[in-house]
Amino acid sequence: MRTIACQLLVIGAGPGGYVAAIRAGQRGLDTVVVEAAQPGGTCLNIGCIPSKAVIHLAEEFHRATELTHDNPLGISAGAPGIDLTKGMAWKDGIVSRLTGGVAGLMRKAKVRVVTGRARFVDGKTVAVDTPEGPVTVKAKTVIIATGSVPVELPFLPFGGRVLSSTGALALTEVPKSLAVVGGGYIGLELGTAFAKLGAKVTVIEAGERILPAYDADLTAPVAARLAALGVTVLTGTQALGLSDSGLTVRGPDGAAEVAAQKVLVTVGRRPNTAGIEPLGLTMDGPFLRVDDRMRTSMTGILAIGDVTGEPMLAHRAMAQAEIAVDTAAGGRAAWDKRAMPAICFTDPELVTVGQSPSEAGDAARSDSFPFKANGRAMTLGREDGFIRVVSRKDNGLVLGVQAVGAGISELAAAFALAIEMGATVQDIAGTIHAHPTQGEAFPEAALKAFGHALHI
Amino acid sequence: MGIRTIKMPDIGEGIAEAELVEWLVAPGDLIAEDQPLAAVMTDKATVEIPATFGGKVVELGGEVGKVIAIGAALIRIEVDGEGDGAEPAPKTEPAKAEPPAPAAPVPPAPQPKPAAAPPAATARAPRPEGEAPLASPAVRARARDAGIDLRAVPGTGPAGRITHADLDAVFAAGPGAASATAARQRDLTVRQIKVVGLRRMIADKMSTSRSRIPHITYVEDVDATRLEDLRETMNRSRTEGQPKLTLLPFLIRAMVIAIRDEPVVNARFDDDAGIVHQYGAVHAGIAVQTQTGLVVANLRHAEARGLWDLAGELARLAEAGRKGTLTRDELTGSTITITSLGPMGGISHTPIINHPEVAIVGVNKMQIRPVWDGNGFVPRKVMNLSSSFDHRIVDGWNAATFVQRIKGLLEEPALLFTGGEA
Repeated sequence: MRTIACQLLVIGAGPGGYVAAIRAGQRGLDTVVVEAAQPGGTCLNIGCIPSKAVIHLAEEFHRATELTHDNPLGISAGAPGIDLTKGMAWKDGIVSRLTGGVAGLMRKAKVRVVTGRARFVDGKTVAVDTPEGPVTVKAKTVIIATGSVPVELPFLPFGGRVLSSTGALALTEVPKSLAVVGGGYIGLELGTAFAKLGAKVTVIEAGERILPAYDADLTAPVAARLAALGVTVLTGTQALGLSDSGLTVRGPDGAAEVAAQKVLVTVGRRPNTAGIEPLGLTMDGPFLRVDDRMRTSMTGILAIGDVTGEPMLAHRAMAQAEIAVDTAAGGRAAWDKRAMPAICFTDPELVTVGQSPSEAGDAARSDSFPFKANGRAMTLGREDGFIRVVSRKDNGLVLGVQAVGAGISELAAAFALAIEMGATVQDIAGTIHAHPTQGEAFPEAALKAFGHALHI
Repeated sequence: MGIRTIKMPDIGEGIAEAELVEWLVAPGDLIAEDQPLAAVMTDKATVEIPATFGGKVVELGGEVGKVIAIGAALIRIEVDGEGDGAEPAPKTEPAKAEPPAPAAPVPPAPQPKPAAAPPAATARAPRPEGEAPLASPAVRARARDAGIDLRAVPGTGPAGRITHADLDAVFAAGPGAASATAARQRDLTVRQIKVVGLRRMIADKMSTSRSRIPHITYVEDVDATRLEDLRETMNRSRTEGQPKLTLLPFLIRAMVIAIRDEPVVNARFDDDAGIVHQYGAVHAGIAVQTQTGLVVANLRHAEARGLWDLAGELARLAEAGRKGTLTRDELTGSTITITSLGPMGGISHTPIINHPEVAIVGVNKMQIRPVWDGNGFVPRKVMNLSSSFDHRIVDGWNAATFVQRIKGLLEEPALLFTGGEA
């Protein structure tokens, strides 16, 4: 058996793991990363990136379709067709460019990659079954970055007609009908995309409304758009199992049948702790407990990313990776972030950063500015949505920003920067925002906080 | 303006010199008449030397630890009016040439930007409890690298934001400024404290006692319920001007009686000469905690004193100990020592014998404990006595007999007044 010794071992080459490995290599730590699949993890291979490609593809097709009807722009066009195999190949091309890029960056940082699944032997030793045979890796410090996996429903196991998000992103034909079980952001992003591609989509959500993690004001424009796209949303409804032609569900009016050539199950993700159990680390629910320096309960074992808890976001894992490497290198970095942006790439898109109005409580006020009053939004033909600023009543400190609107995801940068820098509503209002942009709604909302709104 | 000198005053008792143990002023300080200047020590007594006039301190007469003869210069002070003609200190002269420095054409060296409003109140928490400090990531990183806890840094920016200028102010204020109110942060400072004066003497004495004397420590409990009742009754009947009776006079009385049966414990052992000096008199050493450390005051001839007399003498010695006015006679010559921390006395301890004595009695705190009286548990006021003996001179049997005798006397306090006869 081959044995490799190193200073730092990173388990998992997702957004957390590969950032940790590259940074560690740059800092001169002798680093090994163990990854069972392609570098990039869920995010690059079967998550963020491919889903955004499919969402874009679907949007383009949808626009072309809309131009076949009478439209205010005065454009007439013939019915579009789609070769989804070719579209998926385009998506796969993007994925392989990115994963190849990550592999190259790790090589440049002199990180050694061991392919296979890691299993802890003890706190300093990991066994990996590689295609070339078993390998033992011994390390001074280990960073666990094993990520998360989709939750499977026991009565709807993945396979056949039942798809996980991974399966949906690999379809080469648009299903005639698609039932989406779970109205969270993953189900809605993919459900919307397939609706735009022409599938008859039904979303089944057990809660009272879609995107239950967000407040009703924010989700209303998304619900309205789903309705306009012909998506059926069944709230307060549970999936029971497959039937001959679709899915049996039980809702407020009793059991019913939903047409479903395919069933997409997106009921959440769970941390991937396979191979870590032998360490008996202190847990925080299903997650590994870490402190603000990413240390687990065992000396020399650090953890980052989805395996350490919510929110399961690639950029959170990347930020944690920087801290974990600093800890491994003897530094003093600690988690001190104020802003954690989160985006749903639904239609319209939804952005949240910082505290919601209810989290901020009575000491804060909320002010929103609708895109109905924004010139650029009108010229894009999308006036739905708004930007909302949550700020402290006593000193105007911006505690949170939420926004819903077409293409609004790019504004997450401005929102996060404002909160991380400790901006007040006066700072936002006093910054010149370019005209004509959707971003002008941001200072307008801030101006409302001290009673000086201009365009409303 | 003139310079005058304050000399080391004669502090009595035929002392020719004294050791400087602490400076209470620093050069540049403005001082008033009668303000304490320095603490000096003779044998065991520490005395503060007051200023005989006011002015500005120019020069100190020596470092802590220096022995200064009576009459030698202690401190030099700048005063309004004439100096006293003492030789001027040449060191102080160059400082006077400073103010009229010509405007130099060189560009000013880059200096840390002064904070717009230097945060004066670092002693106060800079923001309400539980509120996280507000700062940009760059400011946070800079603070982290410098080991500054931002929770202790006041912010002058909008909404209390900590700016780079606020951090500059912390750097300008020097180390420790930001840590004044820090809740939790690593403190890497190491103070070097010269062991001088009383502390030096305590250190030497403890080393001698601990290294030369094989200690045996014996702990026993005493039911002091009845003694406490008696004490309360007697205190109620005390006349104006009489000090309150504490536990100690009773304990000393009990020790005097117990020593009659076990005279071996009331002695001084000259181990170099191989002679034990056993005393008829009981000179009770009383351990007194002073600001500068532990001293043992000698309550002379306890065997010849009544309870109220003992109480009065104890109060006088304690007061003198705190003031540092104990004389040499009052600090030497005890034959057995008592150590008591009152309510801080803990449940048991291992007292160190006051060399060259051979015994020390330690009093632990009194507390109400359940005691089995044959029928049930009853609440009783119980305290422990932790006593150490020089095992070269005192056998375990004698030690135990001595302590048991004290216990018996304190539990039947009437015996204290019959001289121990039943």
